[in-house]
Amino acid sequence: MSEVEKIPFEQAELLRFITAGSVDDGKSTLIGRLLHDSKSIFEDQLSAITHTTRRRGMEGVDLSLLTDGLQAEREQGITIDVAYRYFATPRRKFIIADTPGHEQYTRNMVTGASTANLAIILIDARKGVLTQSRRHAYLASLVGIPHLVVAVNKMDLVDYSQSVFDDICKDFSAFAERLNVHHIDFIPMSALLGDMVVERGDKLNWYKGTTLMDLLENISISHDVNCEDFRFPVQWVCRPQTNELHDFRGYMGRIESGSIRVGDAVTLLPSGLNSRIKEIVLYEGHIHEADAPQSVTLTIEDHLDISRGDTLVKTGDIPQVTKGFDAMLCWLSEQPLDPARKYLIKHTTRVVKAGIGRIDYRVDVNTMKHEPVEQLKMNDIARVGIKVQQPLVCDDYLRNRATGCFIVIDESSNNTVAAGMICTSGN
Amino acid sequence: MSNRPFTHLDALESESVHIMREVAAECANPVLLFSGGKDSIVLLRLAEKAFRPGRFPFPLMHIDTEHNFPEVIAFRDHRVEELGERLIVRSLEDSIKKGRIVLRSETQSRNPFQSVTLLDAIAEFSFDACIGGARRDEEKARAKERIFSFRDEFGQWDPKNQRPELWDLYNTRTHPGENIRVFPISNWTELDVWEYIAREKLEVPEIYFAHEREVIRREAGLLPVSHLVQPKSGEQAERMVVRFRTVGDMSCTCPVASNAATVEDIIAETAMTRITERGATRMDDQTSEASMELRKKEGYF
Repeated sequence: MSEVEKIPFEQAELLRFITAGSVDDGKSTLIGRLLHDSKSIFEDQLSAITHTTRRRGMEGVDLSLLTDGLQAEREQGITIDVAYRYFATPRRKFIIADTPGHEQYTRNMVTGASTANLAIILIDARKGVLTQSRRHAYLASLVGIPHLVVAVNKMDLVDYSQSVFDDICKDFSAFAERLNVHHIDFIPMSALLGDMVVERGDKLNWYKGTTLMDLLENISISHDVNCEDFRFPVQWVCRPQTNELHDFRGYMGRIESGSIRVGDAVTLLPSGLNSRIKEIVLYEGHIHEADAPQSVTLTIEDHLDISRGDTLVKTGDIPQVTKGFDAMLCWLSEQPLDPARKYLIKHTTRVVKAGIGRIDYRVDVNTMKHEPVEQLKMNDIARVGIKVQQPLVCDDYLRNRATGCFIVIDESSNNTVAAGMICTSGN
Repeated sequence: MSNRPFTHLDALESESVHIMREVAAECANPVLLFSGGKDSIVLLRLAEKAFRPGRFPFPLMHIDTEHNFPEVIAFRDHRVEELGERLIVRSLEDSIKKGRIVLRSETQSRNPFQSVTLLDAIAEFSFDACIGGARRDEEKARAKERIFSFRDEFGQWDPKNQRPELWDLYNTRTHPGENIRVFPISNWTELDVWEYIAREKLEVPEIYFAHEREVIRREAGLLPVSHLVQPKSGEQAERMVVRFRTVGDMSCTCPVASNAATVEDIIAETAMTRITERGATRMDDQTSEASMELRKKEGYF
């Protein structure tokens, strides 16, 4: 037990990432390796999977079994949904959204990617950049993941060849030029043997970059949230109406982007009325300044009629207030889009009726080519035109994820049928 | 304040507070499940952060197995009084009297039957959302569950048919009779919970700390001796210094040998511990590889 030093977890940051790759790319093995080498696997988990490995007639420990979840999956040997994993190092806490790479599960990858700071795209060194690698990279860029890591895995099966690795980097970079990705890191590795995951190993000495774990621990994430535009969708209005707080009206919510100080001039949208921030209240007491993504309570100088669904912004930094916009839509439901129907859209804290009357094109996620279509089916990604009954206070998704995203709900089934990203200025 | 770095605990807290406010704003009749255990203690602090200086926009509810540790029940009542919020208690004993639950023996574990009483209470009060303290790191079925976990009118969870959950946009809509289980601390680990308890200086029931207790060794674990658990022939009760990592049904909640006397000791122990929380402390979770998945499909939390 003595090998674990005292860890100042209080200072640790949180990084969320997804892993994309097929069963054969060794994705589960990579996650197992990260958990194992960061000492995040517990003894009883390890003994359970050792036992299962043996029962299946195999030797050693199959780390991929760690991420098997449900009985249904074990029976069929597949991963059916997004699973979340947790591990920690002295520098950071990590949340992994483990998403299956199979074709029919585009929706799961988009789901897992929606909250991620970083995506790891796994490529089998023997196979190079495949159609599905392009699909994963495209989806990661569509959902606006700021950091992309291409893990060229199974280097042990290509004799740790530098030229194999270099060719894959070149192929992938050529493709990625067409994507909205700012930064890509390439790491050669063997998840099975542990090279370049947490430990460097001694087979990849020609590679001078960092290990995957080093990168995960050190990549800067403080600018992943939009720090410029203050956006505060009101979630809940607090009116205690007690004797001492008779006139207290607190607007509760999360700062989705930007920052705010006491005294700042603010505009309430969609009404357009102006006021100033009077107090920023936390449970612990009052503060002078708050940043995204803090959850806070704000009070303002004037008596405005403010309710859930309204958004406070800084006066002079006004987002769009609109009843019609274009969006990239990922259709998630087995029931296809019906352009004649009314749906509900949930955007920030506002739920409105909406019609998706125009489909410009569908994107072939393998080639990124645009195709004309009449309707959208599950896993389709398309550019559409949307009209809403009440105005939305929104930004372009690429500028501000929090105020550019929405979900589409089918009112008759109550299911979430699509995920949308607002793009008013082309894509 | 804003010069302080935004730590993982701040990020988790902000996410949880946001979730609580979404439930309050969008669900017609939510309830927060409070057992007196550490996870629901954290939930209560998060609810204070979310809604003070107002009152909680939901009552608290405890599904009482009546196999609880007395210290935990005393703590529960003390904490509720301190908060000045309303607590509803529904007991398994009532479901047993009504014939809704049939036990094989008086000392059998009551954990699996909580679902029945919970579903009865949901129907009695027409709750459309139950906020609970489950975490995804606890168990592999939980790792695949949404933060807003939709249940049909029989309270059943269908893992293959979950609503997609994207960004922080939660779909809270239900048809009459259906309900949603909401897990605001889904993304917290056991260690996060203890670090938060330390940071917030939260009180927890005494049995989380090391104390001397009469236990027996059974299978791989320890069981506390009580009116529900007595040594079988061949077993010997012994006094050991132990603490509990979870507080549940006395007949199947196992303590671990530990000298951790303070929250800081527990954090150090949790950071180093090599066995999962449920693996160490819940005999009912060890009965089959899929026991949690099966119980959840039946309406368990």
